[in-house]
Amino acid sequence: MKLPPVDYEAPRTVSEAVELLAEHEDDASVLAGGQSLIPLLALRLARPAVLIDINGVTELSGVSAADGCVAIGAMTREYVAEESGTVTDDVPLLAAALPLIGHEAIRSRGTVGGSLAHADPAAELPAVARALDAEFVVRGPSGERVIPAAEWFEGYLTTSRRPDELLTEVRFPAAGPGTGVSFQEVARRHGDFAIVGLAASLTLSEGAISDARLAFAGLSDVPVRAGDAEDLLVGETPSAELFEEAARRATDDIDPPADLHGSADYRKKAAAALVRRSLRAAADNAGERQ
Amino acid sequence: MADITLRVNGAACTGSPEARKTLADFLRDDLNLTGTHLGCEHGVCGACTVIVDGRAVRSCLMLAVQAAGSEVTTIEGLAPDGGLGTVQQAMWDSHSFQCGFCTPGMVMQAVAFLGDHPDADERQIREALSGNICRCTGYQSIIDGVLLAAERSASPDPAAPPNASPDPAPPNREH
Repeated sequence: MKLPPVDYEAPRTVSEAVELLAEHEDDASVLAGGQSLIPLLALRLARPAVLIDINGVTELSGVSAADGCVAIGAMTREYVAEESGTVTDDVPLLAAALPLIGHEAIRSRGTVGGSLAHADPAAELPAVARALDAEFVVRGPSGERVIPAAEWFEGYLTTSRRPDELLTEVRFPAAGPGTGVSFQEVARRHGDFAIVGLAASLTLSEGAISDARLAFAGLSDVPVRAGDAEDLLVGETPSAELFEEAARRATDDIDPPADLHGSADYRKKAAAALVRRSLRAAADNAGERQ
Repeated sequence: MADITLRVNGAACTGSPEARKTLADFLRDDLNLTGTHLGCEHGVCGACTVIVDGRAVRSCLMLAVQAAGSEVTTIEGLAPDGGLGTVQQAMWDSHSFQCGFCTPGMVMQAVAFLGDHPDADERQIREALSGNICRCTGYQSIIDGVLLAAERSASPDPAAPPNASPDPAPPNREH
């Protein structure tokens, strides 16, 4: 058999799952959609003693809007989020990124929480969460805590979730009037991880930029905000020159990885192109949301 | 080991797979449904695509125990009378394939997609099949076949071969 021998638990509630995590801690892997974990098992890069399968924990699935936020249960499948009118209307940046994840059949099983807990720095959803300052709700033996996106991603495939905690929900702030978004990526083939990706959101108010958010995928071991470029943009009026300068500031100091898929220099140039493109697209569609 | 019950191609099945057994291995080894092909076994090639509860999934990226209670359709289930389903017939007529290894995955993905998007255009079909790798054809003949299937489903041809049975409608989806 392809996968290594492993024990299997299928809790029905969050409390049961948390009890199992407290018992097994680092020896356990949480199995959500399995679209990253099962390949890791197949390649024997992961060798957990026990799989805690949360697919039967129904309370973890669903999309709901409240208090200016859209809360997405960790087990919500990517295709369900993709088809959700609430996501389309209130978190357009997430709606733009979801169709770029893997392929149809991957999104049938893959989950929003699974991708964010796996924390692949080249994946789409981590960049979206970082751009929008999403909040991560985790439950452990001592209760619940809420972790801001800036503190969630700690390194390559590493988050600030403790081994006895379960990610239960991710809260995305709803986009306000005048907000335009764009998610763009450069990949060799459709559905591949991004060589470079960019989540961008601009809010225009009376013609000037009142809020700018840019987060890169694939440039580091975590998704990276382009703070200098965001600072430059706020208060200005959209123009090609402004976006050119933002692209320069966003990529001046970056030190992207080099690999088979692209050199560091290529990634830097592609990143700058994505900033220009994304800002133009976001500014163009900002007018549609009043 | 866990006892599971599921429906495969309309028939109730039981089994006791080890937790680590993938749905693909369970279908092939335990149920002898070897029409589902295994290429990469880590979710890249799409050859093992089957339909679970109305959605195309990679059966190598799902554990057999996770399919308990589900409705699974494999390539064997498209035309139980031994003929060809609508998509299969259209792909046959379009000479879609050469070696045939990717065929079951391509067909299952196409059936699932056309079930949800009967009016799909070429661009959408290309995107829907983008996760299925074919090393023979260059894809054009495959796309032609799926487009033909879409066309035939939209306006059934009375002169169509009598053995082309309609593909099963996707069962209710989980939400």
